[in-house]
Amino acid sequence: MLSVTGACAAVAVSVLFFILGYLVYHGGSSVNWAFFTKLPTPVGESGGGMANAIVGTAKLLSLAVLVGVPIGFFGAIYLAEFSGNGIIAFVVRYAADLLNGVPSIVIGIFAYTMLVLPFKHFSAIAGGFALGLMMVPITLRSAEDFLRAVPRALREGAMALGASKTRTIATVIVPAAYRGIMTAILLALARVAGETAPLLFTAFSNRFWSHGWNEPIASLPVMIFTYAIAPYDDWHRQAWAAGLVLLGLILIVNIFARAILSRGGTILR
Amino acid sequence: MSVNINPTTVTAGRETAAPATMRMNVNKVNFFYGPKQTLFDITMGIGANKVTALIGPSGCGKSTLLRTFNRMHETVRGARLEGEILLDGKNILSQDVTQLRRRVGMVFQRPNPFPKSIFDNVAYGLRINGSKLPIADAVEKSLRHAALWDEVKDHLHKSAYELSGGQQQRLCIARALAVEPELLLLDEPCSALDPISTAKIEELLVQLKDLCTIAIVTHNMQQAARVSDYTAFLLMGQLVEFSPTPHMFTTPSDPRTEAYITGRFG
Repeated sequence: MLSVTGACAAVAVSVLFFILGYLVYHGGSSVNWAFFTKLPTPVGESGGGMANAIVGTAKLLSLAVLVGVPIGFFGAIYLAEFSGNGIIAFVVRYAADLLNGVPSIVIGIFAYTMLVLPFKHFSAIAGGFALGLMMVPITLRSAEDFLRAVPRALREGAMALGASKTRTIATVIVPAAYRGIMTAILLALARVAGETAPLLFTAFSNRFWSHGWNEPIASLPVMIFTYAIAPYDDWHRQAWAAGLVLLGLILIVNIFARAILSRGGTILR
Repeated sequence: MSVNINPTTVTAGRETAAPATMRMNVNKVNFFYGPKQTLFDITMGIGANKVTALIGPSGCGKSTLLRTFNRMHETVRGARLEGEILLDGKNILSQDVTQLRRRVGMVFQRPNPFPKSIFDNVAYGLRINGSKLPIADAVEKSLRHAALWDEVKDHLHKSAYELSGGQQQRLCIARALAVEPELLLLDEPCSALDPISTAKIEELLVQLKDLCTIAIVTHNMQQAARVSDYTAFLLMGQLVEFSPTPHMFTTPSDPRTEAYITGRFG
């Protein structure tokens, strides 16, 4: 029994290292200074890099945070502090869990209908909106758990000093749950950083720099998609490099998020 | 000798003490958690600048009663209060609750400092009230009143969680005192503490009388005998006896009181 379960555990762990190793092997040599600083070259030419895609991913994730975090954070405060266990709370939680399960391409279609069709062009805003929606369920449920975990004793202590409910939430409960909430946001960010399907027809892509927020914008996942299925070897190498950089980014965010949480320790002595 | 502690045999043999002035008057208070009644017709007073202890066996309603004094019962769904509670003559139930809680402070059974620095804990009440006083001076004053200043004066910016249990409880007392309440409620403040910390806090309470009125719930009768001027004995939600402490513990008027303080039950 031990050998079977042990073997399965070993397989689970080794898959991650296998993927990482594969990416390093195929893409490691292509991750160079040019990759980070140059724009893509015309089709067929070699060289060039993905500078615009790296910046594009950063811009899209910033927009996603602006959309997803307020909805998730304030929704979590509503669920943890104001709603109790009634029917409204049940519906909100259930809806968030269902939203989490909506396929990312369907979210993309929704953002396409709302923000691309009416304006008749692709944009970073549409892409950021789609990613932001995907961040909402994770942020909301995790933040709610961390807010609920703040001991009742702290709330009573604040209220006994004459703090109103809103002030108690803002000055005691949220600061106490701060590390957990940051972790929730970072984990949600790591989740959406690699999403490709919703970007395919919202942010689309761009061979050049994207200016402002209303133009189509390049992103690492979409570039990987485009380059991997193209017939050029040079593009394949760059796709591997992009995969390595993207996975590296996601791993760093994940590790950082968990480090924040563990450094926080517990609230109670 | 078996003692009948059936609530239906409530006698009128309560002796109401008469402290010189009453800071708080409780008139015919009945309390319900949903359909269940837990306090029956409580009428008593809390004497100004005195320590009043509420004693009784577990579940008798003493904490419930204490928590009505600053309307903390309202944080529980389904809790209902009937009757009148007057603070300096005005009914607390018709006042703004946040104003009331600045005048009536509370210290809880388990120390509950905020996850902030020692300074910020004590300053919290001052900051949310928009106090005009210089905060650092007020913090020092409260920490001195709570007999904690000497131990923490060089570490004010450390987290409150680095203090020991007894120190944390004194910090909570300092935090409550910072807003200069008229009445300080303490709900079994020493039950989670070691004997040395307990002794320090008991000494503190006797000194704090000059600053404010004190009401303390305790399951430790010896503590009530040590620190309080007046004692109220509650049993199953009823006020059985309320008299000056020396009288209560030497010649109690009610047989049930005598049975409790001699340890025959409870």
